[in-house]
Amino acid sequence: MDLLQDVIQHYNQWITIFLMVSGLYIVVARGNMIKKLVGLSLFQTSVYLLYISPGKILGGTAPIIGEGFSVYSNVLPHVLILTAIVVGVATLALGLALVVRINEAFGTIEEDEIFEMISEE
Amino acid sequence: MTAHLPAIMVVLPLFAALLASLVRRGWAAWAIAFAVSLAMPVIAFTMLIQVLSSGPISYAMGGWAPPIGIEYRIDMLSVFMLLLVSVPAAVMMPFARLSVMSEIDDDKQAWFYSMYLLCLAGLLGIASTGDAFNAFVFLEISSLSSYAMIAMGRDRRALLAAYQYLIMGTIGATFYVIAVGLLYVQTGTLNMVDMAGRLGDIAATRPLFAAIAFLTVGVSLKFALFPLHVWLPNAYAYAPSFTTAFLASTATKTAVYLILRYFYFVFGIGLVFQVQPISDILLILSLAAMFAASTVAVFQDNIKRMLAYSSVAQIGYITLGIGIASMTGLTGGIVHLFNHALIKGALFVAVGAIVYRTGNGRIENFAGIGRRMPLTMAGFVAAGLAIIGVPGTAGFISKWYLALAALEKGWWWVVLALVASSLISVVYIGRVVEAAYFREPTAENAKVGEAPPSMLIPLWLLVAATIYFGIDTSLTVDIAGRAAEALLAGGR
Repeated sequence: MDLLQDVIQHYNQWITIFLMVSGLYIVVARGNMIKKLVGLSLFQTSVYLLYISPGKILGGTAPIIGEGFSVYSNVLPHVLILTAIVVGVATLALGLALVVRINEAFGTIEEDEIFEMISEE
Repeated sequence: MTAHLPAIMVVLPLFAALLASLVRRGWAAWAIAFAVSLAMPVIAFTMLIQVLSSGPISYAMGGWAPPIGIEYRIDMLSVFMLLLVSVPAAVMMPFARLSVMSEIDDDKQAWFYSMYLLCLAGLLGIASTGDAFNAFVFLEISSLSSYAMIAMGRDRRALLAAYQYLIMGTIGATFYVIAVGLLYVQTGTLNMVDMAGRLGDIAATRPLFAAIAFLTVGVSLKFALFPLHVWLPNAYAYAPSFTTAFLASTATKTAVYLILRYFYFVFGIGLVFQVQPISDILLILSLAAMFAASTVAVFQDNIKRMLAYSSVAQIGYITLGIGIASMTGLTGGIVHLFNHALIKGALFVAVGAIVYRTGNGRIENFAGIGRRMPLTMAGFVAAGLAIIGVPGTAGFISKWYLALAALEKGWWWVVLALVASSLISVVYIGRVVEAAYFREPTAENAKVGEAPPSMLIPLWLLVAATIYFGIDTSLTVDIAGRAAEALLAGGR
């Protein structure tokens, strides 16, 4: 029963871990280069949740000085994650650009087909 | 002005990258890149003098006082890394012009130098920053620009190599962010000095161990610790020659720097090496890298690929020093960071010069090159001797310190392994030497002439440095020793 309560109380962490692991699994298990990037993106996004959710305090306000408010959420994780989102967008954009070029050069984006072509060269 | 040097060091290449992409002409972009690359070692030396005379420099970025603001902290190890990155970069720039002209389309050359400058800014940023998250941003600036630089290779396999590196590199970087997130949740700070202090107060908890594990694996992916090296051989083999030379001598080294910084400075030696079995893991993987990667190198037909596997093996020597975690071992590891940057830089510049003349880097293409390009090949041989670790070259010094460190621990078998792995490198360097000197030049090779001076001068500067630091070790070993001493004392 305690275990169940633990799981439910920390549901945000469980969601994070689920997304993280499924993202990484897609990267490893899929041979399609676009699908791999989708997985990679999911994996990166799960980390945003890892940062944001500990920053929130239940009942806390935005960190603005005001009458009657003393508990506020930490904003630093949000700022960090804004930066991380930018990095994620850049990575995804570069990854997709590479896939376009790979498709032009090899005529396919399936990894196993490309490896076959290379081994014949 | 001098007070702002830590910021200028990073901001200058960052803006130069923008400028290089705006000028659109290859030669102009090269001139910008060359000028900036020349300025970097000057700044690094100025800061070295400051650090030697008055201790670590702390620079508050944007005037916000640390630990709230981002701190740039230049201590002995940082300045050592700044020199390690900026000096080979400056020396290699003259080589870049002709090599890039022959391998990259005219309209893309300016973009190439723009990527190079971004990568330089990222690498210098990693070494200067004292902020854990800022280090991630710089890590990704340098990585993303290097994916682009690799993808510019002429062979279509370069695209695939860049894609694979992107996937592996991003997983590594994300692991690093997870580690920083876990550390931030526990300590409430991102400043490395502050974090080191606060970690001393919290118990060795499971999230902390998780952070150490994520950090170790993530950063190891970036510097291609065996068996996480699979992205490296293809990336180095198909990238343009200058990219390979630049990345091989600088990029993996800065990732090793991050490991050094965290293991010794932030976590402290007690937590990483006594509570956790990282010493044993590093030792086993280092030995595996030294043998497996060297052996695979022997069987490569593409010389860039061969040298790439050799790089994986040499990373093994560096992590061996980190794993031994004694004063001598750490000094050996740090010296080898620098020496390997010079040696591998020289080898890849020599190969780049030969590729410039003959068109490709396959070993049969090296037939008779020793007679056609005597100066280039002599440089290759001298640097090859250094990678083997022949006395009188820089490679010997670092291996000597590593062997001493192993003997201090009573691990004579590690010394045997060091010698045995060096013997394997005799074989793969020997294969190139055999082809270049003892085979008749092929019909195409009979026409080629010596490499142009703009390639020979960088090559021989690197080779001269390799020999110089093999004879007079006061500069390298002294600075590495001081850096090791500071690391072993920890960040508290």
